[in-house]
Amino acid sequence: MRAVLYVLAAFGVMGLAIWAYDQNQQTQESMRDLRRLRAEIRSLTETLGVQRAEWAYLNRPQRLRELGELNFTRLGLLPLEGVRFGQIDEIPYPALLAAEVRP
Amino acid sequence: MIRIPLRPLARILDARAQGVNPDRIERENLRLRREQLRDQSRRMSEWRILFLAVLFFAGYAAIGARMALLAATPMAEVEPYAGEGISGDRADVLDRNGRILATNLVTHSLYAELRYMIDGRRAARELARIFPDLDEERLAARLTDPNRRFDWIRARLSPEQAQAAHDIGEPGLMLGPRDMRLYPNGTLAAHVLGGSQYGAQGVTAAEITGVAGIELAQNARLADPDLAAVPLTLTLDLGVQAIVEEVLEGGITMLRANGGSVIVMDAITGEVVAMASAPTFDPNNRPPPPRNSLEQAESPIFNRAAQGLYELGSVMKAFAVAQALDLGLVSPDTMVDIRGPLRFGRFAITDFHNMGASRSVADIFIESSNIGTARLAQRIGAERQRAFLGSLGFLEAIPFDLPEGRSARPQFDPRWSELAMMTISYGHGLSMTPLHLAAGYAALVNGGTRVHPTLIRRAEVPRGERVISEETSRIMRSLMRSVVTQGTASMGEVAGYLIGGKTGTADKPNPYGGYYEDRTIATFAGAFPMNDPRYVFVVTMDEPQIEAAGEQRRTAGWTVVPVAAEIVRRIAPVLGLRPQDTAAIDATLRLR
Repeated sequence: MRAVLYVLAAFGVMGLAIWAYDQNQQTQESMRDLRRLRAEIRSLTETLGVQRAEWAYLNRPQRLRELGELNFTRLGLLPLEGVRFGQIDEIPYPALLAAEVRP
Repeated sequence: MIRIPLRPLARILDARAQGVNPDRIERENLRLRREQLRDQSRRMSEWRILFLAVLFFAGYAAIGARMALLAATPMAEVEPYAGEGISGDRADVLDRNGRILATNLVTHSLYAELRYMIDGRRAARELARIFPDLDEERLAARLTDPNRRFDWIRARLSPEQAQAAHDIGEPGLMLGPRDMRLYPNGTLAAHVLGGSQYGAQGVTAAEITGVAGIELAQNARLADPDLAAVPLTLTLDLGVQAIVEEVLEGGITMLRANGGSVIVMDAITGEVVAMASAPTFDPNNRPPPPRNSLEQAESPIFNRAAQGLYELGSVMKAFAVAQALDLGLVSPDTMVDIRGPLRFGRFAITDFHNMGASRSVADIFIESSNIGTARLAQRIGAERQRAFLGSLGFLEAIPFDLPEGRSARPQFDPRWSELAMMTISYGHGLSMTPLHLAAGYAALVNGGTRVHPTLIRRAEVPRGERVISEETSRIMRSLMRSVVTQGTASMGEVAGYLIGGKTGTADKPNPYGGYYEDRTIATFAGAFPMNDPRYVFVVTMDEPQIEAAGEQRRTAGWTVVPVAAEIVRRIAPVLGLRPQDTAAIDATLRLR
């Protein structure tokens, strides 16, 4: 009985050792992964930052204004003014819908 | 320890006498001694076992506790950044709609590690070809100096320059990553943003620190590595700011002014939507600070809106009138004696033009009578006037979100004499910033509660303490509207947006004493739409003049009022305000 117990305990210890080793390896693997992902996130964040900066630079109000003036003949853009507000009934309503409603 | 003899003579002799074997006594004693020894060693072993048990228990408990602690703590960033304790991370600055005002860009720095350097002379020659401003001889001397190990060449490279430097192929030349602060909108909102520079430098990173503006005021917050990913949101609106700066610049050119400033602020919360000061600068390339105070007032980095102290002139009359109304001393119809000049010692107060013997309080405000306002101040008294201006925050620097604003302490005669009282009532003798004025006007028109100007967007801004009654505020709105419909600011009418305000033209103080005859600071302060003011604006210009109707004009009505009107005409739709039926609302605003 006692011998069986000893053998079982020995196997138990071996099993645990294998498990612990495995966990250790997995942890190290995860940490490597983490480092790699961090580096990737960092480089992507940097790229994103560059894109965002570029976007902000290209959309700076002064440039948009100049572009609007340069392309006035094609786009006909004017500064937004109060007189450009309209009433809802000034929008041409689809005639088709009005015809459908009538019986 | 006393040893008991194994064969005590007395007992042996006794035993012999009785015919007993004396060896038994010896064995008996030997047994007792052994028992004693055994007990002793057992006690020691027991202690030893207990000691070991405690030791092991403590050891395992410590390991267990540490494991439990590790399991319980949330996962933290173990390696935040592989720098040398220097981080170039800095949070972005956004406008209220999330558009970028300041961001970081990764570029490269160039340095030399001389132990890897093969041909320093060639490296210097090639580098001088890339950077024409580098002195080849001195660089070559540095790069071939055997006592040196390390040398900075450039803190910031463009991608093309970095490639060119890499292409030299010299192993001693190294490129390090380097964050760069970028203000993509150029000069827009330059005075708010301020600027930044490099602090501590390392090979893999350089610290960026703010030198002025919001970058300096919020430096700790922006540089906090935990908050680097959370942008700082300002109350500015980039679109409105762009329009304001465009119109201001146009106005300054047209009016041949030295400079000017514009503030557009939410009338209730005090959120500054636009703040411009001209001349301006590019925060990407901040000019050096001025060398003396005379130069400072002309310097482009000087923030005229939050930093400049000016005697603002007649715009201050609004406060005298509001206080007189609020105290119940007068009503808008009360007639006041305005015969001039009003003499006080050697000093005489006069009006811009003669307005007769007596006028109502409303007329005094609309037509801007110095004498009438001084008379109102006399009724109020110096004590109460000082307390009221103090309650609006005019007597101390505004605890503003810009370091420049925090140091701008208003200047006035600390004795607050009766003459000072009268001159302050129409805007002379108290120098303060246009930002003070904007906060004061916001309080006058928003229903009478104090406004604290701010640049940082917050979830909710509590309503400030009350300074005048709702009724007084209503009358002031009506009076300010009348200034535009029938008074000095008639050029300020913008269809649909019901501007109201008050003009001020103050003679500029001569730094060598007295006032200039022909140099003025023109101001227009007001709000729109006047039936329910949403935004307050203050436009000031330094020495504006225009040739109009055959005359050289310097008064605010001819100079800053049209500029302010153009600003409102352009920004009101951008701020989401719909034009209203001006005539119908004017009828409800009329006092009588």
